[in-house]
Amino acid sequence: MLLRVEKIHKTFDTADGPFAVLRGVDLTLAGGDSLALTGESGSGKSTLLHLIGGLDLPDAGQVVIDGVDIAAMDDAGRASMRRGAVGVVFQQFNLIPSLTVSANIAFQARLAGRHDPDWIDALTQRLGLTAQLNKYPEQLSGGQQQRVAIARTIAPRPRLVLADEPTGNLDEDTAAEVMELLLSLVAETGAGLLMVTHSMALADRLDHRVHLRAGRIA
Amino acid sequence: MLMPAAVWAQGFAGLGEAAEGFAIPSADPVFEFPADDGAHPDYRIEWWYITANLTGDDGLDYGLQWTLFRTALAPAEQDGWSSPQLWMGHAAVTTPTAHYVTERLARGGIGQAGVIAEPFEAWIDEWEFSDSDEAARLRAAGSEFAFDMTMKADGPRVFHGDRGYSVKSASGQASYYFSQPFFDIEGMLQLPDGNVRVTGDAWLDREWSSQPLASDQTGWDWFSLSFDDGAKLMGFALRGAQVYAQATLIDPDGQTKAYPDGAFTAAPLDFSDVAGRSVPTKWRVTLADAGIDVTVGALNTQSWMETSVPYWEGPVRVSGTHSGRGYLEMTGYE
Amino acid sequence: MIRATYAALWGHWWRNPLQLFTLLAGLALATALWSGVQAINAEARASYDAAAATLGEGQFDRLIRRDGLPMTDTTYVQLRRAGWLVSPVIESRVANARLVGIDPLTAPGALAPMVSGDIAGLQDFIAGGGRVVAAPDVVIDGAKTDPAVAAGTAIADIATVQALLNRAGEIDLLIVDPEQPINQMPLAQVAPELSRQTAQGGSDIARLTDSFHLNLTAFGLLSFAVGIFIVHGAIGLAFEQRRGTIRSLRALGAPLRLLIILMATELMTLALVAGVIGVGLGYLVAGALLPDVAATLRGLYGAEVSGVLQLRPIWWVSGIVIALGGTAIAGGAALWKLSRMPLLAGAQPRALAIAGGRTVKMLAVVSGVLLTTAAILAMTATGVIGGFILLGALLVGAALGLPVVLRVILQYAESRSKGVVTGWFWADTRQQLPGLSLALMALLLAMTANIGVSTMVSSFRLTFVSFLDQRLASELYVNVETPTQAEAVVAYTTPRVDAVLPLMSTKLQVAGWPVDLLSARDHATYRDNWQMLFATQRPWDDLHEGAGILINEQLARGAGIEIGETVLVAGKDLSVVGIYGDYGNPIGQAIIAETLFQSLFPDVVPTRFGIRLPVHDTADLVAGLERDVGLPEAAMINQASIKALSLGVFDRTFTVTTALNILTLAVAGFAILMSLLTLTSMRTPQLAPAWAIGLTRFQLGRLELLRTVMLALLTGALALPLGLTLAWVLLAVVNVAAFGWRLPMFFFPWEYARLGGFAVIAAGLAAMWPAVRLARTPPAELLKVFSSER
Repeated sequence: MLLRVEKIHKTFDTADGPFAVLRGVDLTLAGGDSLALTGESGSGKSTLLHLIGGLDLPDAGQVVIDGVDIAAMDDAGRASMRRGAVGVVFQQFNLIPSLTVSANIAFQARLAGRHDPDWIDALTQRLGLTAQLNKYPEQLSGGQQQRVAIARTIAPRPRLVLADEPTGNLDEDTAAEVMELLLSLVAETGAGLLMVTHSMALADRLDHRVHLRAGRIA
Repeated sequence: MLMPAAVWAQGFAGLGEAAEGFAIPSADPVFEFPADDGAHPDYRIEWWYITANLTGDDGLDYGLQWTLFRTALAPAEQDGWSSPQLWMGHAAVTTPTAHYVTERLARGGIGQAGVIAEPFEAWIDEWEFSDSDEAARLRAAGSEFAFDMTMKADGPRVFHGDRGYSVKSASGQASYYFSQPFFDIEGMLQLPDGNVRVTGDAWLDREWSSQPLASDQTGWDWFSLSFDDGAKLMGFALRGAQVYAQATLIDPDGQTKAYPDGAFTAAPLDFSDVAGRSVPTKWRVTLADAGIDVTVGALNTQSWMETSVPYWEGPVRVSGTHSGRGYLEMTGYE
Repeated sequence: MIRATYAALWGHWWRNPLQLFTLLAGLALATALWSGVQAINAEARASYDAAAATLGEGQFDRLIRRDGLPMTDTTYVQLRRAGWLVSPVIESRVANARLVGIDPLTAPGALAPMVSGDIAGLQDFIAGGGRVVAAPDVVIDGAKTDPAVAAGTAIADIATVQALLNRAGEIDLLIVDPEQPINQMPLAQVAPELSRQTAQGGSDIARLTDSFHLNLTAFGLLSFAVGIFIVHGAIGLAFEQRRGTIRSLRALGAPLRLLIILMATELMTLALVAGVIGVGLGYLVAGALLPDVAATLRGLYGAEVSGVLQLRPIWWVSGIVIALGGTAIAGGAALWKLSRMPLLAGAQPRALAIAGGRTVKMLAVVSGVLLTTAAILAMTATGVIGGFILLGALLVGAALGLPVVLRVILQYAESRSKGVVTGWFWADTRQQLPGLSLALMALLLAMTANIGVSTMVSSFRLTFVSFLDQRLASELYVNVETPTQAEAVVAYTTPRVDAVLPLMSTKLQVAGWPVDLLSARDHATYRDNWQMLFATQRPWDDLHEGAGILINEQLARGAGIEIGETVLVAGKDLSVVGIYGDYGNPIGQAIIAETLFQSLFPDVVPTRFGIRLPVHDTADLVAGLERDVGLPEAAMINQASIKALSLGVFDRTFTVTTALNILTLAVAGFAILMSLLTLTSMRTPQLAPAWAIGLTRFQLGRLELLRTVMLALLTGALALPLGLTLAWVLLAVVNVAAFGWRLPMFFFPWEYARLGGFAVIAAGLAAMWPAVRLARTPPAELLKVFSSER
């Protein structure tokens, strides 16, 4: 099993006191499979994604990726896992503003020690970014920025791709285009995909789907 | 000059202060000459005061002042720098358009300034007023002007008030006061525009006291007028809660008649802006008992003495029932 | 509406007290440095003024006896009676104070103002009152203290002092009133034994010590520049951070005018508060440093400066004005930007522009123009004003050019970097540059000032010490007061020592310049020790042939005299055979052969002797002179002790310089801290993606620290040539223009390394806290960047 999440709990301190976002979530995902995570606003779906990505730690429970519990890792271990095994595409602010498009794309792969120029060239062409390589992120449109983010995520060939509403900030046509590219590239690399979305249509296109309500899988 | 104005302000305004340890003038004075031409260190304040109306060989009118003041911090004299006697010299030359003033300060005890009765010499620095058998010499200089004059008395000394005991207020403050108003004077004025030979007549005032003013008196207006008919009038009005005025009418031969408070009046007719102040420079002066009712006007309204203690002093012209010329001194206009 | 609007604006500070603190603290520190330096300068100058007022030094001509003996009261009275307006002075050292007796009745107006006042004051003073008025640093029983009296001095009436010193009837000198009557007898006729010394215009001491004050003024100027950069940075950021609030307020209908007026008022209020705090801090700084400054000036120039600090309006007002003015300049620019901001401009603090924008180009152009101007001035400038314009152009040009140069360096480093993290590090550093530029400019100026002033002070020290070696060649110097004493000293010492070198001097005019003319005996001491800047082949031989003269650099430069030219001295034409360095002397000096001196000035007797003897015999000779000739110990000066004193003085100078060095660096460090803290909120969106794709927070924090230290090092490297240029301008342009002599420049690599170390430490300390904060940022904070609610 690529990913196994068991009895995850997460509570945040808020102005009104502690708020339990996740109250014992279980899910699994096999390599090459795709899973849609849906739920109302505030249902905890982004938090769950962050925990799986090793960006934050659960209060209780396990996140096991390829047989390793990332909750038991230290900061450096989780960072290493984020570099190589897992790729994350956020809704926005994905890119490093001080680097050019080409440097952004190569960044994670080089960090992970899996820099493959031919593969990156292929990715850039597939994503239609050849003309943008020397530009800086703030010179790109939203759709172009997300293409760069996808290229960067796919470049080290991660085992698991996490996406948090990756097209949420884009207009409808651009969103469809970007989504097509993401899905086909993930499929080509054979990675598992976990995507947070509120779009039922989109959720239907993935292999599986779970719905979060009040911190539990409904 | 560094000498604080306060010391000499005491010479005027401070004249009303208590006279601890100092001698006090008393009525029925007996003067002895030449001794009383000299200094009286037991008294706090004393002066040798010469004013002169002059005519130049250029036809212009001039006025001249030479004054030596003595003020004592203690009623004693002592040799050396510790002397409590302080001396101040004022000299001025007035022309119709200009007024030159200079001042000197010194202390007694070291020979820098003083007065010797016989042979008579009053001096401060190189300034002098000295008498020899032939004539008196009068010299002074500043950075802009100088004068060197000879004087000859042509009449007797005259004594003011009650034979030289001059009462200054209703409460009885008084000074010893006599004059020599009959000097003929001639000599040379050195002015920025050149030298002028001048002749005219001069008036010496001698006065000493320890507390000549009452505490409420703030200043005075003093007139010395020489009429064309040869008579002379000295009159002063002390300004206080009430004006206190005294006058002496002097005949051409030196006979005097003293007038009590109330007889002599002086009323301002016109004021001038002088050194940022308003000062009366035209007066109506009357002595009704003697049939005198004259207008007295300044030769130069700007005759301001910008010295440690500033005052107005300058030549005047007289018209009305009598005509003539004279000198006017006004203090306390600050 | 005004209240509601203001409440919204003020709320920003309430929620971000740290920003408020940094704004206030930055302003206050800048003001403190400025007003501290000003306070020291103002205090020293006031002390010289008091000295000039108390003793008439330099203001008035003086009459003294040619033979140096006191005159009598009688001479004074004779002069007065001959029409000379002179005033007597008697003076002596009593314990550690200088006791001066004057005559308040005749002293010229500017003299001894402390005696004026009410009649009671004067009555206490003269006529047996016996009052002594003393400077605050003089302790005399029963004396009245008055800060208007020169430091180290007490004043009393001449009667009091004559009695105290048991010198009845004696006067040391007469001060000549500038206004004299039109008729007076010639001096030669009244008192032929007196000679008149002409006033040198302005205070002697003030002119002497100007070179020291130049140091402090340069520091003051630079600290002001550093301060302005800090204030500008603080205010610019305060505005950027409130863009969101301002946009919302305007959208809700608050008029732009009102917003601008409110913010301007708020700024000025904050500036006033910070200014007052800063002046208070400056007072503490000055109070701590002043004793050292006073000791330095006393030892170096004999200038008495009271070690007690007075609250003088000149510097506390200037401190407040600097705070308000700096804020007005900086705030004006920010408000102008605000007034032109479109209503719906981004609510976020503007993403820092990618380097390469128009701003950088403009900076490059302005900086280029200024530096070119400086280069041209360096070749052409001659006057003090030109020197200071040169300094200004150089420093401002360099400061403005700093971001441009750093950007080029960083770009190069990025292009050469191999590792992915290294590449990102350089790229990210370059992106941070605009936000850190102001702080870095402040650091550049602070380091430049430190390097420049340290070089100047240290060069001065080296030059002065070797100059002392040259000038103090004799092992012992003996001062005498009377011709009889002089004869006794010569008779006693001649058989006991290697050589007795009498030193005569007189004052006169050479080529229209006031000159101290000295005599020199034909002796190897001079040939062996004196170094000439320019000279004929055998200057001493030429001198002793009787037709030669040696002149100092000041006279040569001032009167434009060169080797081989002739000058007229006391009616005799002499050929200039040498020009020598004469550091610290404000006036001209010249040396002629002893024999010639004696024939030209037969009345002048030597009052000083240099004595050559084996060093170890010095103590015996001193004891002998004291015992057998009756010379007071104070009349004999051991060469070694003068040198020790001079070195001690320099050590104190260094204490002051070092303290100011550390203070300026601390201020620059604070500027860096402030910029970093303010940037932190903008940094999160830039760092979060790097963190999300695999860098740890610890790595990020370490890189932040490294970045700041690296920038400080780069800035320091640029400050080195700039600081050396500054020192060169001070030594070779400003000093020559101001004092007529050029100081040779030396280099002090260890000193620079130490300063560089200080700068790195300051920058490191400043970056430490923001870096630690970054390393400890909770993941939730970083994740907020990506959340869709943002």
